[in-house]
Amino acid sequence: MLRREGLSKLTGRERYVDDLPLEDFLWGATVRSPSPRGRIAEIRFGGGVDWAEFVVVDHTDIPGRNAVYLMEYDQPALAPGYVRHVHEPVLLLAHPSRETLRRAIPEVEVVVDPDPPILDFRVVPGPEQIQYGSDNVLKRLEIKKGDVERALAEAPFVVEGVYETGAQEHVYLETQGMLAYLDGDVLVLHGSMQCPYYIVKALVPALDRPEELIRVIQAPTGGGFGGKEEFPSTLALHAALLALKSGKTVKVIYDRVEDMVATTKRHPARIRHRTGLDENGRLLAQDIEVILDGGAYVTLTPVVLSRAIIHAAGPYDCEHVRILGRAMFTNMVPFGAFRGFGNPQAHFAIERHMDVIAHRMGIDAIELRRINLIREGGTTATGQVIRDGVDRQAVLSRALELANFEKRRREHWVRNSEHRYLRRGIGAAMVYHGAGFTGSGEVVLASRLHVQGHPDGRVEVLAANIEMGQGTITIFTQIVADRLGYDPDDIVVAEPDTHRVPDSGPTVGSRTVMVVGRLLEVACDDLRRRTGLGAEARGAEVREAIVAWHIEHPEESLLGKARYEPPPGIEWDDEKYRGDAYGTFAWATQVADVEVDLRTYQVRVLDFVSVQEVGKVLNETLARGQIQGGVAQGVSWALLEECVWRDGAMENGQLTNYIIPTTCDLPPIRVEFMEVPYEFGAQGAKGIGELPLVGAAPAVLNAVAAATGREPAEIPLTPERLMVLLASDETRGGPE
Amino acid sequence: MSQRKTAGQGAAAEVLRISFTLNGVPATLEAPPSERLLDTLRYRLGLPGTKEGCAEGECGACTVLLDGLPVDSCLVPVYQVRGRRVETIEALDPADMAHYHARGTTQCGACTPGVVVTASWIVRHPELLETHSIRDLMAGNLCRCTGYDGIIEGVEDELEERGGTAGPGMHRS
Ligand code: FES
Ligand code: FES
Repeated sequence: MLRREGLSKLTGRERYVDDLPLEDFLWGATVRSPSPRGRIAEIRFGGGVDWAEFVVVDHTDIPGRNAVYLMEYDQPALAPGYVRHVHEPVLLLAHPSRETLRRAIPEVEVVVDPDPPILDFRVVPGPEQIQYGSDNVLKRLEIKKGDVERALAEAPFVVEGVYETGAQEHVYLETQGMLAYLDGDVLVLHGSMQCPYYIVKALVPALDRPEELIRVIQAPTGGGFGGKEEFPSTLALHAALLALKSGKTVKVIYDRVEDMVATTKRHPARIRHRTGLDENGRLLAQDIEVILDGGAYVTLTPVVLSRAIIHAAGPYDCEHVRILGRAMFTNMVPFGAFRGFGNPQAHFAIERHMDVIAHRMGIDAIELRRINLIREGGTTATGQVIRDGVDRQAVLSRALELANFEKRRREHWVRNSEHRYLRRGIGAAMVYHGAGFTGSGEVVLASRLHVQGHPDGRVEVLAANIEMGQGTITIFTQIVADRLGYDPDDIVVAEPDTHRVPDSGPTVGSRTVMVVGRLLEVACDDLRRRTGLGAEARGAEVREAIVAWHIEHPEESLLGKARYEPPPGIEWDDEKYRGDAYGTFAWATQVADVEVDLRTYQVRVLDFVSVQEVGKVLNETLARGQIQGGVAQGVSWALLEECVWRDGAMENGQLTNYIIPTTCDLPPIRVEFMEVPYEFGAQGAKGIGELPLVGAAPAVLNAVAAATGREPAEIPLTPERLMVLLASDETRGGPE
Repeated sequence: MSQRKTAGQGAAAEVLRISFTLNGVPATLEAPPSERLLDTLRYRLGLPGTKEGCAEGECGACTVLLDGLPVDSCLVPVYQVRGRRVETIEALDPADMAHYHARGTTQCGACTPGVVVTASWIVRHPELLETHSIRDLMAGNLCRCTGYDGIIEGVEDELEERGGTAGPGMHRS
């Protein structure tokens, strides 16, 4: 099926939040902290501005608890006299003219009495820098399997490595935006978002307002990638405060610079591996430490850390594993959800490390993976038994075959010895990614979903999951069409509106198709049953039964309902961090073929192959688009995207100097699927959205290592970093 | 904070009368001469199909055709379009979108109007492909969703249907 809203987007008719016609409204804007930490001594309103024209809101205008609630109450909606990161919101202004508002913002001076900030998560904070608990640790987690110390002591080979990844900005092409207005007593929030119910959850305590009087509606959303998971709650609160104070409709649209410098980003990470192996390359022990920069507030950091450590040992079976994770408080902008959610960092480290190990031991890097790849019946670091019928060796083989791995490698050796300044290399990464919420997360979420049969026979999907480009509307339509034998034109997917749709959970974690899509199937079955039909009834028969039901039950609504039930046999121990971390995993091998220019230190990706097993593929074009887009973000995280920080502030908050790839920076991305239907996903599907980003960076860096004979361990591998690396005389060592 | 401060206010900006051809139809409006064409289209003329992605000429989301050539409307002061032809996404024929639709050229849609306007320029000028690849010609439009393959393939198919010759752009790499 073609993307349902595709034509509307292609013709520019799709109406995003900033496109909606509005009359008599105010523009809202935010005054932010200039300083990473300190007490607000004074707020000065400059001359030359008629402040009487403005609506001004500060923390004393917050009716309830001053917090943006999701996991903790630690992040203020507006700084209450103390700031903990640069660009922290301090004041809100609104005015009918956007221009006047823009000119007024710099006329407000926030004077901060500075306290010593902590800006580097890798160093131990001094006593005067402690701001969270007794040690600035936001969250600590541990996974233990077997006896790592003993196994390491006995291992004939031990290889260590430290790997670092930088912050990454989402750069969804549509910046954050939100409208707030009162409809009678009901406060309406309408904007760009991934999780309408997260906004409700944040607004209830902060506004001290009952849930019934808050209505959140998702507008078409121009990309999210996790950046519109938790952040829009802050924006919604700000817009709401301005609307409540002014009694008017308020629109807040961030420009690109504000969006880049002030919103969440991917957590920077430092990951240390100490790995014990036998002579043949069999993994005996994996001792891993994962440290994340959490930034100034908790946001979703504990769950990002959780996903990072669960995946940190890679898709390998090792008897003795210890993974220590901690997320550190810093006075940096809060880091938050970003596609992959900790797993790209984890895989960058393990998959780079596998190549380092192979080289040190003189084993082929592919062979090293083959030996250790989880087999049917093998276990992950948390002790989850993998029995999914997926031939992981075949995934790996197919990717190598498509990429022409062996042939290219030999060609590169010859060419590299002859060419004056170009060096080519090919590298691979093997990855896995658990879809849906971690551990008991889905049980706690207890998602609910409805399908409504209308008097005219049409069926409507009532779910809180949103479309942001990944194809929710199309896939939901396909699932209903398939389940009920319906014509897609008779299927409506409701606009996510918390006064109409039940809470089917957030649109995150690759869960929409696998988890929510499955609920949709159950709800379709329930709808059919309520009309008195059996499970085999389809098409016109269902339609007629729905129409007949309405004639018999005038004025009533016909709802098929579903509520999340975990797949049988899933057990997770949240205390010990053991058991079935996810219902299932998707698997992939990604191969990058690169060329390094020794004159400019630029790395060009010549070819990229991604082969994945994601259960049943429901829509080839959409699935392929997810893979290609994810790979693109992973490749550019590896090579281009660098947040430049000074005193805790992002200095390059512009597309001019924060670089994302153009058409010319990427090769065609070649995609192939292997399909093993997953029994508990909609039509056999597993999650797909995050997986492709996970292995791209290590594949690219492994290729650079092959090309240059050095071991890059840090991304982004910008030309500057590569120059330093190549200038050092530390070669890969080990047998050539 | 409940008090509001008062101070002086700057003078009203001067406005200029500007006539041009918008999507084939004569248009006249009054606007401050330095207003961005992007804002004129979106907020003054009710044509919100043209998007803002960066406001500094990097992303191409705001692309329109000015006298037939793609420009970033965020960088064009509206006075510069006096007497000229402006074409926006709204002028393009939905019937011409089939290949883009089929190939997955759009995902979130935020870059899409700019992408499609640039694509419309390429497919009207197949001679460009004698010297440039489609990738070269599309390099002014950033897309964060697709990884670009869906865009490039959509343009290839559209060119092929229109009988475009296989220039270097037909070889993807
Ligand atoms: S908004 Fe004009 S180029 Fe980005
Ligand atoms: S489709 Fe989302 S940015 Fe291009």
